[in-house]
Amino acid sequence: MSAPFQKLPTWVEVGVIPLVNVVVAFLVAGLVVLFIGENPLEAVKILIWGALGFGEGVGFTLFYTTNFIFTGLAVAVAFHAGLFNIGGEGQAYLGGLGVAVAALALDRYVPWWVTLPVATVLAALFGAAWALIPAYLQAKRGSHIVITTIMFNFIASSLMVWLLVDHLSPVGSMQPETRTFEAGGTLPELGGLFHLFGADMGAAPANISIFVALAACVFVYYFIWRTKIGYEIRATGLNPTAAVYAGISTVKITIVTMLVSGGLAGLMALNPVMGDQQRLQIDFVQGAGFVGIAVALMGRAHPVGVVLAAFLFGMLYQGGAELAFDMPTISRDMIVVIQALVILFAGALEHMFRPGIGRAFALMSTSQRERVVAEEERS
Amino acid sequence: MDLTTIVLILDSSVRLATPLLLACLAGLYSERSGIFDIGLEGKMLAGAFFAAAAAYWTGSAWLGLLAAIAASIVLALVHGFASITQRGNQIVSGVAINFLAAGMTALLGQAWFSQGGRTPQLGADARFGAITLPGAEALRDVPVVGEIYYELISGHNLIVYVAFLMVPLTWWVLFRTRFGLRLRAVGQNPAAVDTAGVSVPFLRYRAVVICGILTGIAGAYLAIAQSAGFIVNMSAGKGYIALAALIFAKWRPWPAMGACFLFGFLDAVSIRLQGANVPVIGEVPVQFMQALPYILTVILLAGFIGRAVPPKAGGIPYVKER
Amino acid sequence: MMSGDEVPGRMPGELDMQAPAAIALSGISKSFGAVQANRDIDLLVEEGTIHGIVGENGAGKSTLMSILYGFYEADSGDIFVRGEKRKITSPDDAIKAGIGMVHQHFMLVDNFTVLENVILGAEGGTLLKAGVSRARAELKRLEREYELQVDPDAVVGDLPVGLQQRVEILKALFRGADTLILDEPTGVLTPSEADHLFRILRQLKSQGKTVILITHKLREIMAITDNVSIMRRGEIVATLETAETTPEQLAELMVGRHVLLRVEKGEAAPGAPLLTVTNLSVVDGNGVARVSDVSFEVRAGEIVGIAGVSGNGQSELLEALSGIRPATSGEIRLADGEDLARRADPAMRRRSKLAHVPEDRHRMGLVMGFEENENAILGYHRDKAYGRGVFLDRSAIEAEAREKMQQYDIRPPDPRLKTANFSGGNQQKIVLAREMERDPDVLLVGQPTRGVDIGAIEFIHHQLVAMRDAGKAILLVSVELDEIRALSDRILVMFSGKIVGERGPQASEGELGLMMAGVTPEEGEGESAEEAQAEGEMGRASAAEPKA
Repeated sequence: MSAPFQKLPTWVEVGVIPLVNVVVAFLVAGLVVLFIGENPLEAVKILIWGALGFGEGVGFTLFYTTNFIFTGLAVAVAFHAGLFNIGGEGQAYLGGLGVAVAALALDRYVPWWVTLPVATVLAALFGAAWALIPAYLQAKRGSHIVITTIMFNFIASSLMVWLLVDHLSPVGSMQPETRTFEAGGTLPELGGLFHLFGADMGAAPANISIFVALAACVFVYYFIWRTKIGYEIRATGLNPTAAVYAGISTVKITIVTMLVSGGLAGLMALNPVMGDQQRLQIDFVQGAGFVGIAVALMGRAHPVGVVLAAFLFGMLYQGGAELAFDMPTISRDMIVVIQALVILFAGALEHMFRPGIGRAFALMSTSQRERVVAEEERS
Repeated sequence: MDLTTIVLILDSSVRLATPLLLACLAGLYSERSGIFDIGLEGKMLAGAFFAAAAAYWTGSAWLGLLAAIAASIVLALVHGFASITQRGNQIVSGVAINFLAAGMTALLGQAWFSQGGRTPQLGADARFGAITLPGAEALRDVPVVGEIYYELISGHNLIVYVAFLMVPLTWWVLFRTRFGLRLRAVGQNPAAVDTAGVSVPFLRYRAVVICGILTGIAGAYLAIAQSAGFIVNMSAGKGYIALAALIFAKWRPWPAMGACFLFGFLDAVSIRLQGANVPVIGEVPVQFMQALPYILTVILLAGFIGRAVPPKAGGIPYVKER
Repeated sequence: MMSGDEVPGRMPGELDMQAPAAIALSGISKSFGAVQANRDIDLLVEEGTIHGIVGENGAGKSTLMSILYGFYEADSGDIFVRGEKRKITSPDDAIKAGIGMVHQHFMLVDNFTVLENVILGAEGGTLLKAGVSRARAELKRLEREYELQVDPDAVVGDLPVGLQQRVEILKALFRGADTLILDEPTGVLTPSEADHLFRILRQLKSQGKTVILITHKLREIMAITDNVSIMRRGEIVATLETAETTPEQLAELMVGRHVLLRVEKGEAAPGAPLLTVTNLSVVDGNGVARVSDVSFEVRAGEIVGIAGVSGNGQSELLEALSGIRPATSGEIRLADGEDLARRADPAMRRRSKLAHVPEDRHRMGLVMGFEENENAILGYHRDKAYGRGVFLDRSAIEAEAREKMQQYDIRPPDPRLKTANFSGGNQQKIVLAREMERDPDVLLVGQPTRGVDIGAIEFIHHQLVAMRDAGKAILLVSVELDEIRALSDRILVMFSGKIVGERGPQASEGELGLMMAGVTPEEGEGESAEEAQAEGEMGRASAAEPKA
């Protein structure tokens, strides 16, 4: 049996090791700050204050968090089926088209709370549709989903530019964007909620789509761990051969999983398109689809983990903007570096510290139980 | 469309194909050894930045090139460490490399030059200039042949020639040398190489380093040959197109050149055709031309035009079976 | 230099006085984590002999040979090659010491030619050109000397396994191996290929080469080896001269006690057929016929065993019957008479009360990352009992799992424990509990006791007999002939995708062995007759056995 790693207790496995990985990622990020010639501790202070220190900062943090919950969930759901959906960016972009279609069609006739459900459904549908083709090609034609979803990001980008430039921009406008939605096509902001706590959200765009995001978390939890199809998805992800033996159709699972994943990515568009800019613009996704990869890896593909990781990245995005303002040598690109380091240490290098942690744990623990199990395994 | 237009389009195709070709061959070495690399984009970008920065500081294009190669190798080794030594997920590692490069280049660019991530404009000495091949001037006025020789073949910078010479060289290395034989074997069945007494990690690390060298050169081309400095995200997806070309070429050197040239040509044509009416088809959206390499790759991957079978052991960490 | 008296067991005394042993191992130990795979092993292999190493699966044979070949490094102990102490820490060291190995799973590059495979790692220079022509000449020589005919320009992936194995042997000889290790070489071979292999091995021996043969088949040990070492639980328990031992003695040494070949069971009382298979054929994705025109029936209250060398279509037959793999033609009918063959759908077969214990629990039967209770419903997870509508009822699932764990004595009795944390025997019981407790009419069982400890084996056998007595139809596939003979009421022998004959449980091992080798006495005509001719050597090998 190929079990190169010793068995560790669950709390070490899901608690200590991921934590160590993320901490190392941040330590390395601190070294980068040092290298640039700034004080990392100072930077962290500015960053945290910028993200959480005042109402507007919190508002922005929550706005970004909302994006990352959606895209993080999208990547996480695909992970459970053993699929790597790098296409969140493109699926979210197409989701924006769904939102825009709903808002442009309805905003003049109905209030926002009628438009929202329609926009939600269309965003999910458009995102899902964009994931469907790579899913179908992987399931039926065996083309690698990582490559096709990357390709589809670029195709989505070209498609959306073409639509926005040639078809969706109002007559006479040179801007590649739709007209601004009217009240019926925009989402209420959280300003009122902030007031209840005596805070002022200022110009921050946080809006009620964060509740849609939290609802999506609950949905994903039940979907993956409580439904029969979720059971089948996990079985397929963990052991595809056993899944086939159990009568589970790999084709069906690949397609269903990617539809849900793409749909979740598509929902992300609600937040910036209907909530913030209130029109469909070029490149509104701004890499959130990719941040979802880091969020899902860091959150261990569990909704609770995803929310925490998304919040952390929300803080980074908002605090990073503040940091760039206060320390001009550290641009917002620092966030991308941190994101890369998290993906590297929590993803590609996730086992690097396991032997060390295992040894440390073995020193602490006098229990022989794991040994006994391993011994029996041999027979 | 007259001959001059055709020659100009082809000339521009060559220039646009060069970075693709270098990155594509880079990917070929890595993936032939069984290490999938979607981090070509990031390594190219890092190469471009460090080429521009070093060339700016030293005023030497050659030192710029060296810096590009060094930076790119560092990222290649990170990918190698994650994929070979730590047996991590190669896709995840590649994604990380791309973000690391995107973030670090912009961050350092701002920290060092304070021009919004750009590097300062480079002078002529800090760039690779055009090389006029012998006899080009003399033949310039000879109809057809002279025009083709002068415009299309002569007058490129050194890296263009290096890129195209890399094709026969790569073919020769792959199919005529011991290293090539082992490289092809390790991407197909690493256990066969291991039991034959050859170190799998060392072989793969060498492949990954070659990949780093070539993506470094590709990056240098972008910043200090094709342009006169670095701008944020200047690789603009070329690493992914190179990846598409690699799949299109089914991991073989000569077809890689064909695929890169085709994608370069599409790019050249789309720039030229901006808004123009094509007979019969009508107006072709530029965006369609830009998306065409990706669309073609998807169609190929779907098996509708031939079958692209990657190296068998690609993407799978090598673990000795017990 | 070592002397014989350091080695347990009896060695041919005179030989090692004259020449140093080809290979001598002294005090070799190796652990993987907490598992001790090899424990203080001493071994002498005389030059110019064929030395067998036998032992059950997991006895540590392959680990020991991997250490000798430098694939693993021993924790302690020394290796002597021709009396000289060698440090072997990589295959390269082993090759330099004149040791070659033919692995159980071939180490070949499929899309390379034979020649390219042979020179890989021994190219003889930076450029291929010189090495290739030298290799071509060398291959010609080896071909003549050892009956190792194979086209050097053929692509390896296109060759049958027998020829691929020859390429492996050529690889070793090309590197100048004096000692050749073969790890379970006949597992994948047809009898005529095995026969040819043995001729090659004898040829090698006559040229002064040393051969180490790892196997768990006593028949092969008796047929071809000069000496034999027996391994058990990571230790060498004895080294004997083959001519002076018997299969019974070897078997006893292998398992450490008298093998219980008999399972307590009464006469079968077969009823109506519950599974009827007619002219079933299965062609795989590569167009290779795996199962050819197979017909049989399994009646209520009987166990029908399918005997055969692994790779003769048994796995594909099970997969076709359970709906995992589509049947190319033919019919599969259960008691109700409906033909199931048209739709390959495992879920549908389960609903029709056909259960399947797959051959490989790791690969197919279990999801190791699941909790035990989740595996307890694998394949039945859409049953109403486990939740209505789209949701699963976790508490009902867990309660049932807990109950079954008690019933089958699965330890530790914690349905929330990750399946990978159970021992092999307990994992197998999880699969059996799941498939048997569903009260199926027909039970397909593949390798029910592979990698399972003795206590669990008895339990599992007992359960199978109890099911039979409850009037179920059981189809048993096993490569362990003993198991087939002990459990079955009728035995079907499969060879090369066909059922070549049926015997009762009293059939002798020799007779079944012949049939498994494709020699069918009752059909002594046409193809089979020619095959029987070709199989002469294998026949002799088997004929040596009736001692058993």
